[in-house]
Amino acid sequence: MSATTRVAAPHTPDGPRPPTREVTGPSAYGGTLRRFANLTWIIAVTDFRVTYFGSALGYLWSLMRPLLSFGVMFLVFSRALRLGNNIKDYPVLLLFNIVLIMFFQEATGLSVISVISREQMVRKMQFPRMVIPLATVLTACFNFLLNLVAVFIFLLAYGVSPHWSWFGLPLLIVALVTLTCGVAMLLSSLYVRYRDVSQIWGVISQVLFYGSLVFFTIERVHSTTLRRLVLSNPVAAILQQGRHWIIDPSAPSVSRAMGGGLWWLLPVGIGALIVAAGFVVFERQAPRIAELL
Amino acid sequence: MSGYAAIEVDTLDKTFRLPRQQMHTLKERALHPLRRIDHDELRVLRGISFGVQAGEFFGVVGRNGSGKSTLLKCLAGIYRADAGRIRIAGQLAPFIELGVGFNPDLTARENVIINAVMMGLTPREARYRFDDIIEFAELSDFLDLKLKNYSSGMHVRLAFSVMVQSDTDILLIDEVLAVGDAAFQQKCIDVFYDLRERGKTIVLVTHDMGTVERFCHRALLISDGEIETEGDPGEVGRRYLELNFEHDGGVAAPAHPPSPSDGSMTETEPDSARARVVEVWVENEEEKRVKSFPDSGRIHLHAVVEAIEALEAPRIVLWIDSPEWTRVFGATSEGVIASTLAARERVHLHVSLSNRLAPSHYAVGCSIAAGSGHQDILDWRSNAADFVVYSQREHYGLVEIEHDVEVQP
Repeated sequence: MSATTRVAAPHTPDGPRPPTREVTGPSAYGGTLRRFANLTWIIAVTDFRVTYFGSALGYLWSLMRPLLSFGVMFLVFSRALRLGNNIKDYPVLLLFNIVLIMFFQEATGLSVISVISREQMVRKMQFPRMVIPLATVLTACFNFLLNLVAVFIFLLAYGVSPHWSWFGLPLLIVALVTLTCGVAMLLSSLYVRYRDVSQIWGVISQVLFYGSLVFFTIERVHSTTLRRLVLSNPVAAILQQGRHWIIDPSAPSVSRAMGGGLWWLLPVGIGALIVAAGFVVFERQAPRIAELL
Repeated sequence: MSGYAAIEVDTLDKTFRLPRQQMHTLKERALHPLRRIDHDELRVLRGISFGVQAGEFFGVVGRNGSGKSTLLKCLAGIYRADAGRIRIAGQLAPFIELGVGFNPDLTARENVIINAVMMGLTPREARYRFDDIIEFAELSDFLDLKLKNYSSGMHVRLAFSVMVQSDTDILLIDEVLAVGDAAFQQKCIDVFYDLRERGKTIVLVTHDMGTVERFCHRALLISDGEIETEGDPGEVGRRYLELNFEHDGGVAAPAHPPSPSDGSMTETEPDSARARVVEVWVENEEEKRVKSFPDSGRIHLHAVVEAIEALEAPRIVLWIDSPEWTRVFGATSEGVIASTLAARERVHLHVSLSNRLAPSHYAVGCSIAAGSGHQDILDWRSNAADFVVYSQREHYGLVEIEHDVEVQP
């Protein structure tokens, strides 16, 4: 029966024989840089659009979030607890810090479940796995940068005058985003194996918020040892340096607050370690992620 | 024109390690840092080797769990193989299912661009081909409709168009033609022919033997992670159908409900002290005991019956029941068997019939009665043996009676 329904012989494609390559399975990077970048960009943009332009008030909501937090915290810390007494431009500092820490919290919090929530894609498509956590961070970045614009408008309106050290801002952003990427990769790959990572990170994230000089200043910590401890947290160090560069140049820089010398290398080193750990762990997990889902 | 191998697979092995105790939380891990986790090893692919020529349409079939999807995922680079090599010449489509990465909250317009980028195009190329994609999918009127409001057919049309237009050399396709209306299915079929003409290499994983026989130059049958048959699609198709039914309780065979004739329906209680049905079985034309038959040729029913005491006017009946316990066929020993059976005498009844049964699962029953009116039923087995009839064509009734069809103008 089937002998009569034989299919005609195959057509060999025209053109030269394409080069042979080996299929080695999924990896963290893999493929061309162009596809990696295109994919990351398009996923991030899509996510941003779906999140912020899906609702009627759209982007306004994402701006409202830090502003509302700022309002509440300003009332509590400045008016009720009087933490802001004798601190120059405390409201601006508070808003600036909130925008930075909220970016970190939002990006890392979303990255925890990022790989799992794209399960369909991971299991049915070949692409460099690292695209997922990076796209999640990039989405949060869009929001972050827009919020920063709002912060600077507020800053100027409040009467802070621009100065040269504002050029340090890109460095701060790069440092914070890099750190966030490292944490995002660490969390997203760990969560595939251990499902309590999301709860654990929720707690750590909260602790970081209270320990990272968001609403109190380093001057309130009197012992040098304690200051070194507080500032060895890379997030706290970024906020402190931000305060020094952007808000109030008379506030101590990280280096000075830690007692001079090479102490500033401590938060930098810890941050670098976290980022390196994120890359290494993610890279090791990447080939098996599709199977573990 | 000498071809070259687009895909070469060499002794591919894939084993899944399934942990016996689940260590799902970091807390457990931290509390028992030294506990070793035992794994069950599930070897899904066992030394698979094959090649696909450039321009070939290659079918992969197998039952559920045979490893065919795992094979496809290894080819696509979604799973990492444990051993063996896969070599690919040409650009490979990166996904194995249509519509992966579609976002229901975005419009078709946006999804097409995103999907095309995932296929490896740049956003600029994707926008450039956008019109072709939409035109092919016949969705020009629904461009700005969110995907969640699309019907599943429209969904598939869109996904299929993106795949076709992305212009990769090698396509891996897992069960595509399941959705979509008839017109679009026809279109997919046209596309398949077109892709073949253009010399695309296609690996198609499917359950549908019709598709394989219609399009594929060659096919591969996987069973338990090993290659069972490779070559002519017709041959592979036949083997696949056989395999489907040979397996115990094959997936396609409906289970028999308990027979109504077990027990209460029998007028007389079987008196098995006087005779018994020893064994019932079915054989094919080569006198081999089998469980499955093609829908042609002959079926041989066999029964061995033993008289425990001497019997007058014995009568043995062999029959075939459909899954709904409709008696499809019956045959009796009357007129063939001796008029008496001595105590301890065994007789072997053989019924040979030409197979006119539709594909289904059948039960074979056997009874022995004695006495002038045959009302003393001595033993009764309603489901003593069973078999499956398989077919590659459509049947329109339970039994195909010899017939002629004429159409008058």
